[in-house]
Amino acid sequence: MHVFADPTNFDAYLSSFFWILKLTGASAVLALVLGVLLAAMRVSPVPVLRGFGAAWVNTFRNTPLTLVIFFCFFGLYSTLGLSLADDLDLNNFWLGVIGLSAYTAAFVCEALRSGVNTVPAGQAEAARAIGLTFAQTLRIVVLPQATRSVVAPLGSILIALCKNATIVGTIGLMESSNVMKDLINSNGDAVIPIFLVFAGTFAAFLIPTGYFFGWLANRLAVKR
Amino acid sequence: MSANTVLYDHPGPRARVRNAVLTVIFGVALAGLLWWVYAKFDQAGQWEGALWQPFTEGATWTQFILPGLRQTLFAALTGMVLSLAFGIIFAVGRLSERRWISIPAGAVVEFFRAVPLLLMIFFIFYGVPFLIQAPVPAFWAVVAGLTLYNGSVLAEAFRAGIRSVPGGQAEAAYAVGLRKSQVMRLILIPQAARAMLPVIVSQLVVLLKDTALGYIVAFPELMQRGVNDLAANRGNIVAAAIVAAAIYIVINSLLSALASWLDQRSQRRGFRAQRRIATGANPAGGIAVVEPQG
Repeated sequence: MHVFADPTNFDAYLSSFFWILKLTGASAVLALVLGVLLAAMRVSPVPVLRGFGAAWVNTFRNTPLTLVIFFCFFGLYSTLGLSLADDLDLNNFWLGVIGLSAYTAAFVCEALRSGVNTVPAGQAEAARAIGLTFAQTLRIVVLPQATRSVVAPLGSILIALCKNATIVGTIGLMESSNVMKDLINSNGDAVIPIFLVFAGTFAAFLIPTGYFFGWLANRLAVKR
Repeated sequence: MSANTVLYDHPGPRARVRNAVLTVIFGVALAGLLWWVYAKFDQAGQWEGALWQPFTEGATWTQFILPGLRQTLFAALTGMVLSLAFGIIFAVGRLSERRWISIPAGAVVEFFRAVPLLLMIFFIFYGVPFLIQAPVPAFWAVVAGLTLYNGSVLAEAFRAGIRSVPGGQAEAAYAVGLRKSQVMRLILIPQAARAMLPVIVSQLVVLLKDTALGYIVAFPELMQRGVNDLAANRGNIVAAAIVAAAIYIVINSLLSALASWLDQRSQRRGFRAQRRIATGANPAGGIAVVEPQG
């Protein structure tokens, strides 16, 4: 544990996880907004929008995130000249957020869409039969059932997003994986403790989060 | 579109007109967006023939893209075989009635599911050499990382699969005198594996995408060879990234199509138990593995 007794190393460790937290937070919000929009497009009656949503989902779901982040840096920033902040770290951070949210939004969209699909068609038919309007059907009957069934998938997407935030290290942000690499390279005698501290920090946050979402999903599940 | 049957009634004349108007409006907006992207690329000179011309040359493919693709597929296949073995062993371990087996097996699975893959690859690639006093090849760092992560995910999927085989199956097997290991091997695992086939194929998509992390430890896979090295030689990084992305998308779409075909086939044959697993493992329905790892 002598590695983390050194204040420089300890600060690097703290700030690396602070980056992960910021990446996760900013991308989660953006991905949720974008994912809801995409899901709305994919279930809309307008074919052009359905096509756009499907193209987005198929592109990002099938491309490695490493390549997406790589493209954000070398494509958007270096080649196309999209600069988001003067500070180098902050610029990389926002480029990472763009990549992470574009990628994660595809998964959010699919989770929401399959959530809508879990609602039996009979529910909407019954709602229409008793004379509810489109907005009422959606608000009173379909969405309440759909949102309950997307809690678990959205939970695992959030957990995956947090882990995926480490990939932003590819474009030079000093997040946890890069800091761990540097600490290992300069402290060859304490390799296992260093790994256990970094991996343990993720486990300590993500395992309870996983159980929490499992519990919540179970509690909210629609009994059919 | 099953979603439409839930959300909308069959459109009447007014709705059809409204949809047609919306189609035109959004069609124009999307065309504008695409044109804007095109213009941005054009401004940066990214449509110049010199950048795309390398892809018409045989050497680009035989020296960069295809060798990279071969490494990617090889790493993904090795990782898949090892993950399956890891998954079965730990799923059975976690279901064991002996707590000194089930608790450690559960802890291992939970731990490796919660740790980012990149962290494990870095530990194996940079850290393990200090421990064993010998370098670890990038290939094995990637494959070992992939095995630990995807194996743990598959272990959970298998566990859900084994548990959802109807209880009567195991009871009947015990009744005809099979031992516990035989019940697991002859009765439960074959039924679970068959039902989990779509999940296994979807996991292969995740695994294939994750091999791109090998780029970070300079493992010569598709992204390293086809994007990084190629662009270093020809200065066409955006074009190379787009071509590599297209290759990934084609391969993964084929795998996803295979997964949903397998899923539909098992549905059509009416494997009741299996359907229960598919919905149990993924409450949102469908076979989409909603685990967007790298």
